[in-house]
Amino acid sequence: MAKTMFEKIWEEHIVAEPEGQPALIYIDLHLVHEVTSPQAFEALRLTNRKVRRPDLTISTVDHNVPTDDTRAEEIKDPIARQQVETLRNNCKETGVTLYDVDSSAQGIVHVIGPEQGYTQPGMTIVCGDSHTSTHGAFGSLAFGIGTSEVEHVLATQTLRQAKPKTMEIRFNGELKQGVTAKDMILAAIGKMGTAGWTGFVVEYTGDAIKKLDMAGRMTVCNMTIEGGARAGLIAPDDTTFDWMKGRKFVPKGEAFDAAVAEWRELASDEGAEYDELLEIDCDTLEPHVSWGTNPGQVAKVTDRVPSPDDFDDPADVTSAEHALEYMGLTGGTSIEDIEIDRVFIGSCTNARIEDLRSASLIVKGRKVASSVRAQIMPGSTLTKMLAEKEGLDTIFKDAGFEWRESGCSMCLGMNPDILVPGERCASTSNRNFEGRQGKGGRTHLVSPEMAAAAAIEGHFVDVRDWETE
Amino acid sequence: MEKFTKLTSIVAPLDRANVDTDQIIPKQFLKRIERTGFGEFAFFDWRYLEDGVPNPDFILNEDRYAGANILVGGRNFGSGSSREHAPWALMEMGFKAIIATSFADIFRNNCMQNGLLPVILSESEVDTIMARALRGSGYKVTVDLESQTVTDDQGLSAKFDVDPFRKNSLLEGLDDVGITLTLGEAIDSFEEKRTARW
Ligand code: SF4
Repeated sequence: MAKTMFEKIWEEHIVAEPEGQPALIYIDLHLVHEVTSPQAFEALRLTNRKVRRPDLTISTVDHNVPTDDTRAEEIKDPIARQQVETLRNNCKETGVTLYDVDSSAQGIVHVIGPEQGYTQPGMTIVCGDSHTSTHGAFGSLAFGIGTSEVEHVLATQTLRQAKPKTMEIRFNGELKQGVTAKDMILAAIGKMGTAGWTGFVVEYTGDAIKKLDMAGRMTVCNMTIEGGARAGLIAPDDTTFDWMKGRKFVPKGEAFDAAVAEWRELASDEGAEYDELLEIDCDTLEPHVSWGTNPGQVAKVTDRVPSPDDFDDPADVTSAEHALEYMGLTGGTSIEDIEIDRVFIGSCTNARIEDLRSASLIVKGRKVASSVRAQIMPGSTLTKMLAEKEGLDTIFKDAGFEWRESGCSMCLGMNPDILVPGERCASTSNRNFEGRQGKGGRTHLVSPEMAAAAAIEGHFVDVRDWETE
Repeated sequence: MEKFTKLTSIVAPLDRANVDTDQIIPKQFLKRIERTGFGEFAFFDWRYLEDGVPNPDFILNEDRYAGANILVGGRNFGSGSSREHAPWALMEMGFKAIIATSFADIFRNNCMQNGLLPVILSESEVDTIMARALRGSGYKVTVDLESQTVTDDQGLSAKFDVDPFRKNSLLEGLDDVGITLTLGEAIDSFEEKRTARW
């Protein structure tokens, strides 16, 4: 029978299916960071249990770490410092590899997994972090888990999972200049809402997906969770294999060729059936900007902020009322008339080298508006080094951007990088929830290109109209 | 894990859709390395005013909902971040069950892992409970996991679904890791097969 990629990976990983219980699934790679792991390690200690496979567990510090020049020093916030130090001790005690702030492999956990070549097609990957869905861009089944499940994986290298349903999201057509992967996924979530894909594993297909580079595919898969699905998959192809080749933990030589031959088999079979289908037309797609306080509240850049009465469902009306009030916006305002105070180019959604390159093309030879404070936090230390080698840092700094160290930073503001109440930010991250970037802060989700252009103009602009060198 | 069998309690209403885990427990409180100490910070931005005094406009601060063990919420409750600190914080606030029309997947799993029961009811049933909780004071429902029902004394009688494995774990207060470790042999042989192949 024709199988979907999800079914192939799922079946390959079933350890046991005891009567009356959800399947027990084997986990090939477990990524760990400082925020969601301390209680899991502690529980192991209390129950005298061991980390079963430290060799399949990789950790880094990303959420809490400073991105300014105090980085090499002790973290000032004593509680954050304790969390980072707890992870250091836990890794030392259990033999789990840690990429600490002084390592070139340090970075946002979902950036470094692929970058170092840990993330590979056909794997099952989990992390105590909802954006683990990112790794699905390689055709791996990757999803976020809570701390109790982190403990479960540490102790058993397995997870108990009810089998999800499958949905195909087909992106037809071709993206126009200035329209990006971020716009594809924002449009899809805008269409279905933030709970639209709950209970599903999504597979992204279609011509526009095939044409995306790996960074774009990771952006799409990253935001799968914002549509409610825990995992999103893209079939691995030559784009995937070319991107992976030569990375540190990817097999080399003949082993690589053999692996590629296996990875090619992962794609969904012709005629495989999904439980649901959503189609998006990319020919007419425009850059998107979020106007509200969840990632489903988005508009085209040429459009206006909606009014509450534009919605039919009473819950949507209330949501829009709350969101407009929090965001300090009035229905009917043109998106391009929204003025911003801050720009954040960063996060596991859009801070890869490819994202920085695209943003630099917009910025080159231009200046950040005097009313705007703009910052770039590269997704990993390696990304930062690479960007510096290419001279991207100079382009950004010349334009007036702050060039920072890597980490989650203002994506969620657990370190000192936050918005102050009322500040409005064009952000390349994935969540515009109330207070996400700092209490009272107002977040608009956009692509790196749109964020860069907004930095220059001081308000949102249609980046499709821009000339780049 | 704490057991959950049957619970009768006042219902606290939170009539908003898409209440996300960033709201339930904001990031500045995620730095603790314990499972406790989150309750006082739950819904922090809604619950307190600038100077730290309780916000009188936030419904869960109203006296009539003091001591409630059951929360009724809007659709897609618990969306966003995977932080298990959210159920920990809600439990420390006193909640043992949450009723809504839908929950985000990870949040729902996290609740189950801690003995905080997520109950999915139909829109009209949730609307009824919400309206009754908003209207009076002292409105109570009974959540019975064994019979999978939610009832009140005004004629409500609603059934809910729950995965039989999870149901049993909750009723017995079982430790998930412990159950899985009884399957150790299956894991061993799976690993052997896999290592041989790779
Ligand atoms: S960058 Fe943001 S979304 Fe990504 S892992 Fe860090 S905090 Fe989470």
